[in-house]
This record gives sequence, C-alpha cells and structure tokens, in this order.
Amino acid sequence: MNKHQSYWKANLRLMAICLSIWFVVSFLFGIILVEPLNNFHLGGYKLGFWFAQQGSIYTFVALVFFYSSRMNKLDKEYGVQEDEEQ
Amino acid sequence: MDELKLYTYIAVFGTFGLYFVIAWWARAGSTSEFYVAGGGVHPILNGMAIGADWMSAASFISMAGLIAFLGYGGSVFLMGWTGGYVLLAMLLAPYLRKYGKFTVPEFIGDRYYSNVARVVAVLCLIIASLTYVIGQMKGVGVAFSRFLEVDYGLGLGIGMFVVWVYAVLGGMKGITYTQIAQYCVLIFAYTVPAVFISLHLTGNPIPQIGLGSTLADGSGVYLLDKLDLIVTDLGFKEYTTAKLGSTLNMFMYTLSLMIGTAGLPHVIMRFFTVPSVKGARSSAGWALIFIAALYTVAPAVGAMARLNLMNTIQPASAEPLEYEQRPQWFKNWEKTGLLKFEDKNGDGKIQYVADKATNEMVKVDRDIMVLANPEIANLPNWVIALVAAGGLAAALSTAAGLLLAISSSISHDLMKGVFMPHISEKSELRAGRIAMTVSILVAGYLGLNPPGFAAGTVALAFGLAASSIFPALMMGIFAKSIGSKAAVSGMLAGIGITLLYIFQHEGIMFIKGTAFLGDMAKNWFFGIEPKAFGAVGAMVNFSVAFAVSRMIGERPPENIQQMIEDIRIPAGSSAAATGH
Repeated sequence: MNKHQSYWKANLRLMAICLSIWFVVSFLFGIILVEPLNNFHLGGYKLGFWFAQQGSIYTFVALVFFYSSRMNKLDKEYGVQEDEEQ
Repeated sequence: MDELKLYTYIAVFGTFGLYFVIAWWARAGSTSEFYVAGGGVHPILNGMAIGADWMSAASFISMAGLIAFLGYGGSVFLMGWTGGYVLLAMLLAPYLRKYGKFTVPEFIGDRYYSNVARVVAVLCLIIASLTYVIGQMKGVGVAFSRFLEVDYGLGLGIGMFVVWVYAVLGGMKGITYTQIAQYCVLIFAYTVPAVFISLHLTGNPIPQIGLGSTLADGSGVYLLDKLDLIVTDLGFKEYTTAKLGSTLNMFMYTLSLMIGTAGLPHVIMRFFTVPSVKGARSSAGWALIFIAALYTVAPAVGAMARLNLMNTIQPASAEPLEYEQRPQWFKNWEKTGLLKFEDKNGDGKIQYVADKATNEMVKVDRDIMVLANPEIANLPNWVIALVAAGGLAAALSTAAGLLLAISSSISHDLMKGVFMPHISEKSELRAGRIAMTVSILVAGYLGLNPPGFAAGTVALAFGLAASSIFPALMMGIFAKSIGSKAAVSGMLAGIGITLLYIFQHEGIMFIKGTAFLGDMAKNWFFGIEPKAFGAVGAMVNFSVAFAVSRMIGERPPENIQQMIEDIRIPAGSSAAATGH
C-alpha cells in the first residue's frame, strides 16, 4: 500500500469516529433515546431535550474543529500538506 | 413620523448604505473574482459569509416561531440545519476545494465525464435555488410592509435593487464582503432581544442558560417546567416532549435536512473561495460556530416567546384576559391579520385552548413570534428597528448567494461549459452579469406573484439537494468505481422518487387537487412526511448507482481515477486553483 492510500485509510478511520459521535449525540441521544434520557436533568433541561436543542449543536462544532486539526496533523505526518505560502 | 419609524428607517437604510459602500470597494474584474472572489477569502471571514448565506429569512423570522409551537418536535430543524455542516466539513468541502473549480455542476460534469450529468446538476441547482429564493423575496416584502408600512411590491423592488447593485457589480467578491457585514447585523439583531427577554424572565442574560434556569419571579420553578404546565393545562401537548409525528419521522426529517444542507450548491460554492484545503476544513468549523450562535439562541427565543404569549393571554390560571384589556402589540398585529380573535362564547374574554371548537385565538401566525417578540417583552424602539434590519440582512444575504449559484451555473456551466465553449473570459463575465440581472428579475416576479408551489418550496429545495446533488458529489469523491451511466441513473432515480412522493401528497407542482394520494398522513410511507423524504431519495440514488455500476461493469477511465486520487490529498492545491 502506498503512502497516499494509507493516508486515505487514516482519514476514513478518523471520519468514521467523528461521524459515529455525530450520530450518537443527535440521532441516538436527541431522538431515539430521548425518552429514557429525559428522566435525567441538566438544570431545568430534560437531558434528551437538551441534546436535541443544545448539546448536539455544541458537539457538532467541536467535532468539525477536532477533525480539522487532526487532519492537519495527518497531512504533515504523511507529507501531503499544502505549500506553506498560504 | 413617530420615533419607531424613524429608527427603523435609520437602521434599514443605514445598513443598505453600508452594503453599497462595500459593493463599490469589492467590484469584480475577472471571472475568478466573479465566481469565487479570487479564491483568497480568509477562512474565518468565509465562515461568517457562509453563516449569512445560510441563515435565511426562514431561519431568522420563522424558525423560533416553529419551535415555539412545535416544542421538542422543532428540534429536527435545529439538528438538521447544523448537523449538515459536519457532513459538509468531512465529506465534501475539502475535496471540492482541492479540485479548485468554480461551480458544483462543473465538478459533477468533470468527474462523471458527462455533459448530461452536468446539465442534470444544473437543472437541480436552478430548481432548488429558484424555489428557495422566492421565500427570501417574500421575506423582504413582508419586512418592508410591516415595519415601514411601505407597499409590499415597492419593498420588494427596493430589495431587488440593493441585491442587484452588489451582486452584479461584485459577483462572489461583492457578495462575500456584504455577507460578512450582513452576518454582523443579523446576529446582533437576533441576540439583543433574546438577551433582554432572558434577563427579564430568568435574570440570566445568556439565553442558552436562561432556558434551563428558574424563573426570576422568585417561585423557584424552572422556566421549561412552568411552560409545560401552562400548555398542558390548556390542552396542548407538553412542550418538552411533543414529537413531530413518529420517532421514525423525526429521524428521517433530521437526516433529510442534514443531507439537503450538505448538498445545497449556494453553500458548497462558498468553500471555493478560501485559499487552501486546510482553509476549507477550518472554514466549515467557523461557519458552524457562527450559525450555532443563532441556532442555540433560537430554542430559547421560541420557548420564552411562547411563555410570554401564554402569560399575556392567561395571566392567572382559569382567568383569561379580557379582550378589551389586550395590550398594544396585540392590536398592532391584529391589523396585519396575522393574529385573530373570535369571541365564540361571547363572554368578552380570550380563551386560548387546544380544542378547536372552543379556541378563540383563531389565528396565531408563527412568524410573529420573532417579529413581535420585542414588543411583547416591552423592549425599547431601537431594538424593534434592529430586528427589521436583521430580517432584511438575513433575506438579502441568502438571496444574493442563491442568485449567484443560479447565474454562475448558467454562464459558466451551460454557456461556457456546454453550449459555447469558445467565448472569451470577458464575454463570460458579461454573460454572468446578464444572467444575474435576469435571475433577479425572475425572482422578483415570482416574489410578487408567488406560484402555487411557493409554500412547498423548502421541501422541494432540500429534497432535490438531498436526493441528487449530495449523493452525486459523495460518490464522486468516495466511490472510484462509479462511472457516468451509474451516476446519471442514480441521480434521475433519486430525483424521480422524491418528486413523485412530494407531488403525490402535496399536488403536482403543489397545485391543490392534483395530489392523487391526498395529503393524508395515513398514506405516508411508514409515516414519513413528504418534507422528510429527501433521505429516502438519497438512499435510492446510492442503491441505483451501485446496482447499475455492478450490472454494466463500467469503470471510469484512467484519467478520472487519477483525478479522484488527486483530490483526496491536499498537496498541490494551489496548482489546481491556477489551472483555469
């Protein structure tokens, strides 16, 4: 396997992790498991409701930045980064 | 002229003046500036521009109102319209930026080495964008007629003129820098009233925390518990648990909005304006921060507006408000017809209950929740003026992005790409400007005479983006084996089934009476509503493409395989960008 292929594999692995978290906080916590989670509270928020209207969005933001910074590292590790003049 | 009107004129025309100054400063001199702002926009600034591009009149005016009446069910919009950016950031944006061309159909045409694919993509783009822009034009007209008491048509005309000036003069470059200004105006206008209201109701100035806090009236009751109690008392569904249809419907609805968001061309093309692949990745993050700034406040605005409304009409339990004692804002909005009271039992009191037979608030338009919010909460006049300018900024910025998507697909994809490949850069630029002018006129005409299908536009735009553009782009990057025949059949199947489903339930082109299955929930496929069907369309697209690919054993030619390898790695992005 050449360098570009292993870079792509590493990217796909990272993506799978990020998209699993994306799925868990929105579809799983916010929709599928909303009723059991609503038995717990975060201040005045029912927990499932909080995930659906607040928590999922915060997680999305964190995920995109996490992915972006990990990819910048991977780019360097595999020597496929862009020229630095930008 | 009263004080409120004066402030509103200052806010609205002051911001318009600002957009003109920016337009003059950022005029475009080349096709690269006209289509992608020269490819040199800083990722943070591009994130802000994406925020304004994305947050439309619907996000600004309608979304909080939807949430106010849907409660928990409204979460599908919050998750759907933000979660799509995660998909965009990981699955599409960096690779499309690496490819370094001007438009979305251009990538589809090149990747599937097919002008048919490119034209199908152009058609989807034009239908999705044009239906979407009608809503913005209506938003402009409504904002003018409500806040400045200008005739709807004149207001629309003023809005068209403003967009025309900076979009035709500056293309993507002018649009980018005005969108940055418009983002600042709209987020300020959205947040200020929310902070005031949150402070007033809960004593906490941060709406996201206020929504989870106790009420400031000293009762120690949580705001959301109180809201649940009030609405269930009157027979409405409990606010924090009311679902939108079934769990499956909410799941599919959210997924459709996410995929649709990631597939909307006017958003994707903003990623072509950053200087690097790295920039495209971080730009998506910044965009999401700027969008989350509104989307996490919206649920607080919705819940607090609903609570204020209920408290006004039902000051103490079992003690409805006397109609004669209704507040001034109530009278103002009655005049617009968006709020309507009918004294069914003749007792002179306002009974606002869930039961249709005895409910006397016969009309409470959802859109007034944001627009009337500052009045309901007794906020100063300058805040109300700000909301008017913010609503206009939201509508104009989205309209400009959509119009650019339409005009560039006409001048760059249809003319330069397919029908007149030999025109010079200068004539292409002129063609782009003419296409923009024509698109604005068409959009204005449709805004003035909204066709029957205007109400269903969101479903159509997201349905098309989700079922055709998103899968085509994703397979273009991730599935090297998919060739042109497979991709085109997938796209046609995806669009076909989505349109069929939407039209059979909501009428052909949304004309009433042509819906052959009727808009009846019992006929819905597994209880999925037509608006939530885009995700099913996308799945059909993927399956048909893979099935056709396997059946005919088609492999894309060597140079296309090489191109896919190439867009998967960031190195060499500047070379691709100068390859025009």
